[in-house]
Amino acid sequence: MRTSRRGFVAGVSALTVLGTKSAFAQKKYDDGATDKEIKIGHTGPYSGPASSYGQIGKTIEAFFKSVNEAGGVNGRKINFITRDDGYSPPKMVELVRQLVEQDKVLCLFNTLGTPTNTAIHRYMNQKKVPQLYVATGASKWGKPKEFPWTMGFQPDYHTEGVVYAKHILANVKDAKIGVLMQNDDYGKDYYEGFREGLGKETGKIVKHVTFEVTDPTVDSQVIQLKDSGANVFFNIATPKAAAQAIRKAADIGWKPAQYLNNVSASVGSVMKPAGLENSQGIITAQYLKDPTDKQWENTDDFKAWVAWMDKWMPGANKADANHVFGYAVSNLMLETLKKCGDTLTRENVMKQAANYQKYKLPLLLPGITINTSPTDYYPIQSVQLARFKGETWDLFGDVMSAEGS
Amino acid sequence: MAASSKKWVLGVIALAVLVPLLQPVFPEVVSDYRLFLVSTMIIAAIAVLGLNLLTGFNGQFSLGHGAFYAVGAYTAAILMDKLNVPYWATIPAAAIVCFIVGYLFGLPALKLEGHYLALATFALALAVPQILKYKWLEGLTGGVQGIVLMKPEVPFGLPLSEDQWLYYFCLLVMIVLFWGAANMLNSRSGRAMMAIRDQYLAADTMGIDTALYKTVTFGISAAYTGIAGALSASAIAFVAPDSFGIFLSIKFLIGLVVGGIGSLFGSVLGGIFYVLVDNSAQSLTQFIRNDLGLPFDLSAYTVFGVLLIAIIYLMPMGIAGGLYMAYRKLRGVRA
Repeated sequence: MRTSRRGFVAGVSALTVLGTKSAFAQKKYDDGATDKEIKIGHTGPYSGPASSYGQIGKTIEAFFKSVNEAGGVNGRKINFITRDDGYSPPKMVELVRQLVEQDKVLCLFNTLGTPTNTAIHRYMNQKKVPQLYVATGASKWGKPKEFPWTMGFQPDYHTEGVVYAKHILANVKDAKIGVLMQNDDYGKDYYEGFREGLGKETGKIVKHVTFEVTDPTVDSQVIQLKDSGANVFFNIATPKAAAQAIRKAADIGWKPAQYLNNVSASVGSVMKPAGLENSQGIITAQYLKDPTDKQWENTDDFKAWVAWMDKWMPGANKADANHVFGYAVSNLMLETLKKCGDTLTRENVMKQAANYQKYKLPLLLPGITINTSPTDYYPIQSVQLARFKGETWDLFGDVMSAEGS
Repeated sequence: MAASSKKWVLGVIALAVLVPLLQPVFPEVVSDYRLFLVSTMIIAAIAVLGLNLLTGFNGQFSLGHGAFYAVGAYTAAILMDKLNVPYWATIPAAAIVCFIVGYLFGLPALKLEGHYLALATFALALAVPQILKYKWLEGLTGGVQGIVLMKPEVPFGLPLSEDQWLYYFCLLVMIVLFWGAANMLNSRSGRAMMAIRDQYLAADTMGIDTALYKTVTFGISAAYTGIAGALSASAIAFVAPDSFGIFLSIKFLIGLVVGGIGSLFGSVLGGIFYVLVDNSAQSLTQFIRNDLGLPFDLSAYTVFGVLLIAIIYLMPMGIAGGLYMAYRKLRGVRA
């Protein structure tokens, strides 16, 4: 019985991949799916220290409203249930248990934050409920062997670290690298990826200093880096410290080649406070279209996004990249549900999520696509480098990828 | 009066013990999730009781009980994670550690009164999450990543679900702690504690060792809250510094004031309020926006705040005090 059902599901999904409508498919549902609706659970920090990310949840909510208005997914309306976790892990556990056990959602989608998602990681996998496209870049979300029900979305920090290392090896002669690292799992993820990318050349790291996210300044760390004689500076810091480090480096006359993690690649909250003149030439990695970048104004997906924003989120700040993120990730969820067809089981949701080949998601940079497989739970693993020029980011070079590395 | 209230307490306990056993009969009403929610209420009630011993019965303020809660939770988590200590053994361990921390903190607190003590404890609540992240402790505390734990397993092959067992375990701890607190308050020491609250100078003059009582009360209060923290580590199966922000301490204080300062029963109400309102405020805002279609994009905390103001206005003595007054009024009218 069980094997025949599995075989059947596999057959159906193979057909959908080939583009054939499975009109003869028998409908199959788990909790949270019926002929009329699909229940999706979500939590986000609408209050508390990370509440600026709350915009992502609002964008997703508006997105599914617009989907329902247009007729829903395969005739089913999306019932998107979102709650405020305040970025608190125990609150998250309580809310997620409510979503899974009381509301009986089909899956969780884009729950935000590393500590919060860690708190429910094991629970979701015990309950075998998909925890899809989580909004955090830690590399632990892509481990299908241990955690087959959890999948990330954005390029993980590890991958990004690899990309910077490769660029340094290819472009900087006699690199002597100084690393400033925030001392937590996010910083360590980047650093490990960076070392992996350097391969045998890890000796080129001449100085590695850390700071705590709560430290008031990073001045002494930056001075140590300068004194080490480094000519490359890898800045693994969240916005406040990243800006301080860039400014301090300029103040003490240290002019290395600078690499800045994507987490802090914000013109408004990092480059401007650090001083635009101090920020020229800094290199970062991007994967989404920056809403302030004029060159996208005439691309179809960007125009569609602007029109959608005007209609569904009137008055929202379009320069806020969280809206781009929310819109892009919602499109991926929508596509995943479409691919599930009438087999809306949790198993099939994961199966479809792990079955993307070069899928073009709106608002990703040209050349970056979604790729997943039953052994690859990292949807986006490519980034393009960008150099800060004038008042905005200037993309250059090819899309670089750590796919399969 | 005393006999009738004893009957009441026994009745409530009997109810609390029996209701979860109805799960096979009403699986939707008595669901695992609801039991888990009640467990978190019990945990909150214990934490609020800890604060009540200090503030309600001894007159010392604390804005920092989240810190003791965190110490209790981490003590339990580290013992379970590093030394494979069973979850039930972490409860006394957390109590001892928190008693010592609370007692030591109580010593300098002797010199601080009122607002100054509130500020000092506030600083403690701010500092503890940062200390947990400190790199020398990282090997132990797991830094920002925290520690992932296993949920307590059901012992002796009892036919219970994990959440049912957790509920009974929390209930047992709560009964023991409330029984202990009631006895303590009813003793010579309890009267001394309250005398210090009511008239410090008079208590001192009558020969009560005020310094000793105040520091020991601080220790006991911290131990109670620490036990709640240890229980929460088992219930949530995860601890991280982000779980113990400053707002946690404020919530205990809200639970205390709303439930009823200086009332054991009020501590239970405070715990229930704290969990229930926190949840329903959110559903209420969503109800207003989505179902009623009103264009108010209220945050859950706005609703929480309005509710709080309403309760304090209507029942200045907390819910326990309000109920008691209402009861007296009703009796008065009838007589």
